[in-house]
Amino acid sequence: MLRKRIIPCLDIKDGRTVKGVNFVDLKDAGDPIELAKKYSRIGADELVFLDITATHEKRKTLVPLVEKIAREVNIPFTVGGGVSSIEDAGALLNAGADKIAVNSAAVKRPELIRELADKFGNQCVVLAIDAKLTEKGWKVFLVGGRKQTELGLFEWAEEAQKLGAGEILFTSMNHDGTKAGFAIEALKTLDESLTIPVIASGGAGEVQHFEDLFLQTKVSAALAASVFHFQTIEIPELKYNLAQKNIPVRTIV
Amino acid sequence: MKNIVIIDYGAGNVKSVNFAFQRLGFEPVLSHDPVVIKNADYVVFPGVGHAKSAMEQLKTKNLVKVIQELRQPVLGVCLGMQLMCRFSEEGNVDGLGIFDVDVVRFDDQLKVPHMGWNDLQNGDSLMNDISDQAYFVHSYYVPLTNETMATCHYGISFSAALAKDNFYGCQFHPEKSGEIGERILKRFLEL
Repeated sequence: MLRKRIIPCLDIKDGRTVKGVNFVDLKDAGDPIELAKKYSRIGADELVFLDITATHEKRKTLVPLVEKIAREVNIPFTVGGGVSSIEDAGALLNAGADKIAVNSAAVKRPELIRELADKFGNQCVVLAIDAKLTEKGWKVFLVGGRKQTELGLFEWAEEAQKLGAGEILFTSMNHDGTKAGFAIEALKTLDESLTIPVIASGGAGEVQHFEDLFLQTKVSAALAASVFHFQTIEIPELKYNLAQKNIPVRTIV
Repeated sequence: MKNIVIIDYGAGNVKSVNFAFQRLGFEPVLSHDPVVIKNADYVVFPGVGHAKSAMEQLKTKNLVKVIQELRQPVLGVCLGMQLMCRFSEEGNVDGLGIFDVDVVRFDDQLKVPHMGWNDLQNGDSLMNDISDQAYFVHSYYVPLTNETMATCHYGISFSAALAKDNFYGCQFHPEKSGEIGERILKRFLEL
């Protein structure tokens, strides 16, 4: 049976892992490679690295970092943050990334999704969507959640699927950072409207939230950052509890 | 030292596969030179992307006959394994015809790609006694045949791995499947 994936997300700034709450008060959380190895050892099913480096100059550290991760980590990983062209994506994939996450650049120019899928295959194109429930429904936000668009979450996800995205990573901004649980209703609707896998993100605070997510929706995976980095939830304990509820998770040898 | 050659034909996750062998303490050679490939002790044939464009790359580099005639152990990974089959629905393209079976697309009722960790079952040969989960990511699959070396279930049962004479193939990614994947790669190098 296909197992539900548990995916820690590591924020990278200038080649180091950082952790903070809602991008505020960022603290150095150490060497991304050591953290990645630790997570893969204790049962993470996949990893996501999100480069939040602000300047183009410092972003050049990303490709050598990706190569080091690929050298040492024996599970799949996605890299995102500022990818806006075939060249950006190609450099990261050639360095050993398994998938590329695109966000703002794809909203500005949806054809980017098609170009990436045609060139590299749709299995390595992850569309990341940050969305918020507004008075006009779920709307897509850009630039790390600072800028609202008129684009609706469900319409955008369906268009991205048509253009060739292989997976949707949906972060609910209403839930992100709250530690009060995932956006179950929106995730259920989104997942049922798509034929590609959906990764849920935003709101994880305790084990029960992952249980609710996988018992009440059919999403393929759950992504979280701070609960894993601050060790509020340990992955082996999480997986043990999910397995007790008959939720299929990967067992570690 | 074992002479491992990874076929580098412009459509592979060559680097990931190379790193996996390096973690095991080996130093593979990446090449699309027919002479280098023919002289290898072990040949690895990776692949990600689209079947039709990958076959075109093989033809451009004059590798079709080279791969078909190899006599040493050969391991196709993911698209590499699919290209070793007779025909693929992905781009309706003829493959290398080493495995006597056609590659078909998953039912649209399922989430496609089949992406993530799924169980290896009924393992034989290289896959004997391996029943753990491996990492899969694919939209097309190889049905069960008498060349199936392990099965996996996603909507239907399909070939997780194939074997015929000196040719082996994994639909999953051993280079991304943690310790299980490493165990399978080690077994391949013991052939």
